Amino acid sequence: MPKDDMGRTMFERGRPGQRGTGALEWDIPRPGLAALFPDKFRRKKAPRLPELSEGEVVRHFVNLSTKNHHIDKGFYPLGSCTMKYNPKVHETLARLPGFTTLHPMQPAETVQGALELMWRLERMLGEISGMQAVSLQPAAGAHGELTALLVVRAWHLSRGEDRKKVLIPDSAHGTNPASAAIAGFDCVTVKSGADGRVDVDDLKSKLSSDVAAFMITNPNTVGLFETRVEEICAACHSVGAQVYMDGANLNALVGIARPGDLGFDVMHFNLHKTFTTPHGGGGPGCGPIGVKSHLAPFLPSPRVTHHDGAYGLDRPSTSIGPVHGAFGNFLMMVRAYAYVLAMGPEGMADIGHTAVLNANYLYGKIKGSLQTKYAGPYMHEFVLDGSPLKKTDLHTSDFAKRLLDYGVYAPTIYFPLIVPEAMMIEPTETESKATLDEFAEIFLEVWRQSREEPDTVRTAPHNLLLRRVDDVKAAKDLVLTHPF
Amino acid sequence: MFAVAGVSKFEDLVEAIPAHLRLARPLDLPHSQSEMALSRELRHLAEKNRGMSELTSFLGLGWTKHFIPAAVDSIVSRSEFTTAYTPYQAEASQGSLQQIFEYQTMVAEITGMEISNASLYDGATSLVEGMIMATACSKGRKGFAIASNVNPRWREVAQTYAGSNGWTFHDVGWEAGTGARDRAALAKVLAGHAGKLAAVVVQTPNVFGLLEDLSGLADLAHQAGAVLLVAADPLACAIAEPPGSFGADIVVGEMLGLGIPTSLGGPGLGYLTTKKAHLRQMPGRVVGRTVDAEGTRAYCLTAQTREQHIRREKATSNICSNQGLMTVAASVYLALQGPQGLAEVAEQCASRLAYVRDGLQGAKIRPLFSGTPFQEEAFQLPPGSRARVEAACKTARLLPGIWLSDLLPGVPTESLLVCTSETHSRQDLDLLVSILSSAGGAA
Repeated sequence: MPKDDMGRTMFERGRPGQRGTGALEWDIPRPGLAALFPDKFRRKKAPRLPELSEGEVVRHFVNLSTKNHHIDKGFYPLGSCTMKYNPKVHETLARLPGFTTLHPMQPAETVQGALELMWRLERMLGEISGMQAVSLQPAAGAHGELTALLVVRAWHLSRGEDRKKVLIPDSAHGTNPASAAIAGFDCVTVKSGADGRVDVDDLKSKLSSDVAAFMITNPNTVGLFETRVEEICAACHSVGAQVYMDGANLNALVGIARPGDLGFDVMHFNLHKTFTTPHGGGGPGCGPIGVKSHLAPFLPSPRVTHHDGAYGLDRPSTSIGPVHGAFGNFLMMVRAYAYVLAMGPEGMADIGHTAVLNANYLYGKIKGSLQTKYAGPYMHEFVLDGSPLKKTDLHTSDFAKRLLDYGVYAPTIYFPLIVPEAMMIEPTETESKATLDEFAEIFLEVWRQSREEPDTVRTAPHNLLLRRVDDVKAAKDLVLTHPF
Repeated sequence: MFAVAGVSKFEDLVEAIPAHLRLARPLDLPHSQSEMALSRELRHLAEKNRGMSELTSFLGLGWTKHFIPAAVDSIVSRSEFTTAYTPYQAEASQGSLQQIFEYQTMVAEITGMEISNASLYDGATSLVEGMIMATACSKGRKGFAIASNVNPRWREVAQTYAGSNGWTFHDVGWEAGTGARDRAALAKVLAGHAGKLAAVVVQTPNVFGLLEDLSGLADLAHQAGAVLLVAADPLACAIAEPPGSFGADIVVGEMLGLGIPTSLGGPGLGYLTTKKAHLRQMPGRVVGRTVDAEGTRAYCLTAQTREQHIRREKATSNICSNQGLMTVAASVYLALQGPQGLAEVAEQCASRLAYVRDGLQGAKIRPLFSGTPFQEEAFQLPPGSRARVEAACKTARLLPGIWLSDLLPGVPTESLLVCTSETHSRQDLDLLVSILSSAGGAA
């Protein structure tokens, strides 16, 4: 492809009057737009959509697709994102007409298979997490967080308490405080201690009868299990607060420990992480929540029911109400259900084991270069402190761009905020030792370059279709649609 | 591997988990199944459903079945799109980034607005995000003048969010004759809650399937210091003057149907478009055009100082994962159709509804309202006919529509909301007319 064709949009291709679909049949009378709609409603100027043949449309998108890194092409060590392999059979099954042609307003007796699948998946997630009731409705992890906090709020209100605060560690994902704010709470930050875990003394000093919940990611975002989890839960419960587990990192615990057994009251799952539904360039995800029985009456409606062999829907009056127009991202549930069937109890136990081993192995291979700020062993991921790069006037972002040159994706960078120049690496359990070894070699080579030829790193990438993208200009000029 | 990891056995790696908290038994799950066996089980579950390929369905309410050209799934299935993550590293993600930029352009064009975000979960949550945005645009006001003929499923979701956000809804009823929002009622709400309204909220087509006349509405909202938030069906916008032409500030809605199968209502695709002046209040990701170090055109995520990973509790929204892959589906669909194809699909939908309306006229079954429908309309059947109609439809394997009174107070119990699309053949339409006429017609 010629370089000057880079970035050329659909709107700059094709010719007027062209279309990629054939004209439809008129087996009924055609009244015409003027007869159907009074003039005041009729559109005067057509939207400037592309005018291309089918072949041109396909070629355009196929060419675009080749400009993406993706998990089927290469290693994707994004920390906290759990970029594991997405089995192909899930894609086939999620496309069965018996799933894709369903309408959310169909009578329950015509969607028995879908309701059964949801009912079963709820129970599977309950068993895996040790939670007593599950709602599959939230469409993504952040949506699950928000839904769970609304459930917690409703529970407190049902006890006559209108609590105003949610406690959140300084290492938390940004979605935690953002969700808490939209759920109407004031956020209070809890410090991390010197070991990278929650500073339990700081937590205790901030607990009060005005605290609705403590949101905690476990393992946390530096890859550490919160060893004092029982004490944390007990302290929260002693003031009537609920303990929320952000399940973004659940992959590390599957088959090893269950959030419900650890003392958590409520949590969310990311089916697009732990249960390997594909990330789709940003979504769709699926963010079910699990709760202990005292919170179950408040879960979003409708609830799937099962009586006398028939599945149905119920809208309990205690529910917070729906959080999605229909049932959530149903086809993601189909994929996750297939995954649990494929894994079984044996495979589920392997997920956590291999994810943890892979992360610690990879750190062992590269720790002669950059190091973590907090001591391990780690669970599924580890976070490197990139500050030594400053010696040659480099930043973590430079290092990340140079990694791209070797056909791997970059780790999650500049998160969590408690590690300077952070580089967060999560290999997942589906990567082989050979892949980890290759990545370690690449990493060490880029580390060598960082010290010996920093300009190579500073000006990376060199081997991709584009050189360094100017995001400052993007934010300044704000060209957010094609300028016709 | 253990030696490199610095331990001698696996238990050493998880020593941070107190021993008594570890799971001491296998999970109680079905045993691991082969790909063949689990495929059989999933097919079995799928076959227990009666999908719209088996039933003739006239269900709508924003989840409308349209024909999806084969090229759509051919592109959407490509693992280059399905297995990519959010395009954080721009240099290795130009495919998704340019595709989102093109999607933003098309949705902005269709709705007549200046900018679009990179997607939201679905129509209902797009309405909620629009309302959160409206409070930010109006410096924290929390009142909403909201039309009672907004999709009740969406309103219910907004209601879920209302308590914690301190929102107050002031209902604007509909006119008994036209089914459109009641202008006098709106004027009354605007006057009665001066200085407190964040937005005037309307939907077009409304829950009755009728186009709302948006002229003058933006001025009314702006005079009250509120924004105009319109939920709009993107397909209707192909032939109906879009909200942007009437000065709407925020437009939201559902793109399911346009390249996206109904799939029990999800994954769908919520969209949100707005004016450039409101960018700082906009929720979700957005892609911008820029250049690389050598001046070559490039795309990247931008204006991120609104978002949760930077602004945390002060972010415009908590959204992180969105419906990325669904924007690929919608983009391919819209690109294939182009302006002509999209307008033709829209005209087909409306024409097929007109055919049904004409057919029902013979049995004296008339629309509930006199307004102008797009592809969905409420028809008034005789009192007491519902059970007969349901029985006849069951025999004919037909889902005739949605009984409005199941969703919305204040409508007669025999109002049936019927949605047609280009996918209905003349035979399908004749079958519906014939069943409704015989079982629901005047005796």
